[in-house]
Amino acid sequence: MELGPKDIEKIAHLARLRIEEGDIPAYADNLTHILDLVEQMNGVDTDGVAPMAHPQDASQRLRPDVVTEENQRDHFQGNAPATEAGLYLVPKVIE
Amino acid sequence: MHNKTIAELATVLQQGEVSSVELTQHFIDRIEKLDAGLNAFITVTPEAALQAAKAADARIKAGEAAPLTGVPIAHKDIFCTSGVRTSCGSRMLDNFVAPYDATVVERFRAAGAVMVGKTNMDEFAMGSSNETSFYGPVKNPWDTERVPGGSSGGSAAAVAARLAPGATGTDTGGSIRQPAALCGITGLKPTYGRVSRWGMIAFASSLDQGGPMARTAEDCAIMLGAMAGFDERDSTSIERPVDDYVGALNTDIAGLKIGLPKEYFGEGLDPDVARAIEAAIDEYKKLGAEVVEISLPNTHLAVPAYYVVAPAECSSNLSRFDGVRYGYRCEDPKDLVDLYTRSRGEGFGAEVKRRIMIGTYALSAGYYDAYYLKAQKIRRLISDDFRKAFEQVDVIMGPSSPSTAFKVGEKADDPVTMYLSDIYTIAANLAGLPGMSVPAGEVGGLPVGLQIIGNYFDEARLLNVAHRFQQVTDWHSHAPRGFE
Repeated sequence: MELGPKDIEKIAHLARLRIEEGDIPAYADNLTHILDLVEQMNGVDTDGVAPMAHPQDASQRLRPDVVTEENQRDHFQGNAPATEAGLYLVPKVIE
Repeated sequence: MHNKTIAELATVLQQGEVSSVELTQHFIDRIEKLDAGLNAFITVTPEAALQAAKAADARIKAGEAAPLTGVPIAHKDIFCTSGVRTSCGSRMLDNFVAPYDATVVERFRAAGAVMVGKTNMDEFAMGSSNETSFYGPVKNPWDTERVPGGSSGGSAAAVAARLAPGATGTDTGGSIRQPAALCGITGLKPTYGRVSRWGMIAFASSLDQGGPMARTAEDCAIMLGAMAGFDERDSTSIERPVDDYVGALNTDIAGLKIGLPKEYFGEGLDPDVARAIEAAIDEYKKLGAEVVEISLPNTHLAVPAYYVVAPAECSSNLSRFDGVRYGYRCEDPKDLVDLYTRSRGEGFGAEVKRRIMIGTYALSAGYYDAYYLKAQKIRRLISDDFRKAFEQVDVIMGPSSPSTAFKVGEKADDPVTMYLSDIYTIAANLAGLPGMSVPAGEVGGLPVGLQIIGNYFDEARLLNVAHRFQQVTDWHSHAPRGFE
């Protein structure tokens, strides 16, 4: 699969990543090479093979639906770039 | 003092020949003197270390010491440490101070181990050379023009250079075993689910596993004993008792069946590395082991399948870095999308961005079946290869890495060439099996690592098999010049 500049712009948008204009050709080139590597998988017939999501086919353990965490909002918000009155600040979303 | 193993240090500490404060100061002095040329540490924590050492000395005096009490260790900077920056090698987390300790960190702390600092690593553990770190590359102590391997390159270099007797690492596709091999130390990636992932910054959640890195198998056994065990905070942690790893070290290995996969000795393997591995296998024959040639026919598909599964999970895991709740935020965002895209674009390095984009592409509408589902099916085939092999043999051996340490910059421009340095390690992650790397020779003054892969939860046997080898060889005690 050959990826061009338009593909890179689309993927970067989906991933919410800003890629500098001048870097796009290099990403297109590198990602194309990676996909060439990945596509070696296509040479193998996997009809009837069950997909493996977990190394030991274990299912996710469940726990009782009870509160286990105490409120540490101030402590956790100590790492936030901008907060006010316990809320995270972001640029205006609704005009 | 720095040439002693963790087991030896535990003895001298508990006999009162040296205090933990003296020992800790000794390693801090070595880091100050020698790390400028290596860059193995991102953060050094001398004050906290000396305080912990004092507490350890009191605990030893009170007769309440555990094997690791008072022993200095380093943590890979992927493990969250309360009150100490956890950067994950990224600009994104350059200012991040974790609000809690990872389970692994908590367990070492409870055992009385003394953390001296946080080690350098490839950004978000994505790399095989430690060149993708925001904090600059780590140099290999055996030859500072060469890479230490990655992603746990700082941990491997620190242990090899005797800046710490042991360090933690994580392994998603070989990130403990490959740097251990390239730096001439011993490292173990446990079975998936054996060591808690809680507080270990996620890269690819179905593959990531933390493990010990030290100079000997015995030291890895001591460390794993402290790290392993069920943790209800990690939903994929396995409820299963922890084996007595130290107690099993001396078990006789006569009659051990070693499988040598023919696919691990083919094209692409440096002939000198192959010879060193063959010589190591001969040592095992002298110890009474039987060698059987086996086949893992889907080996060549491991790297392709991994570069779908790992980036897909990475793109999902790293979507949490949004510039809002923690981590890097761009200057003057004009709207929310600008905040997201510039914070992430500026906060992540090129390799991380490549992997996020590959994963995003593979998971996007219309491509899921062709990539992610296909890769999961290949994963099953690879796992089945191992299952069949372990019906025949007890352990599988081969090289950890196709070559010795390569030059800084040699593979940095071509991601695919770099990816192929993990050709022998990735399959164990896809299958979730435990694997080790053990120093097994030297080529041109650079270490060679022997990889030993075991069946699920067979860590005790792996450590035993590695320990018996280390009793009859001395590769693990060689020190790089300038760091003796």
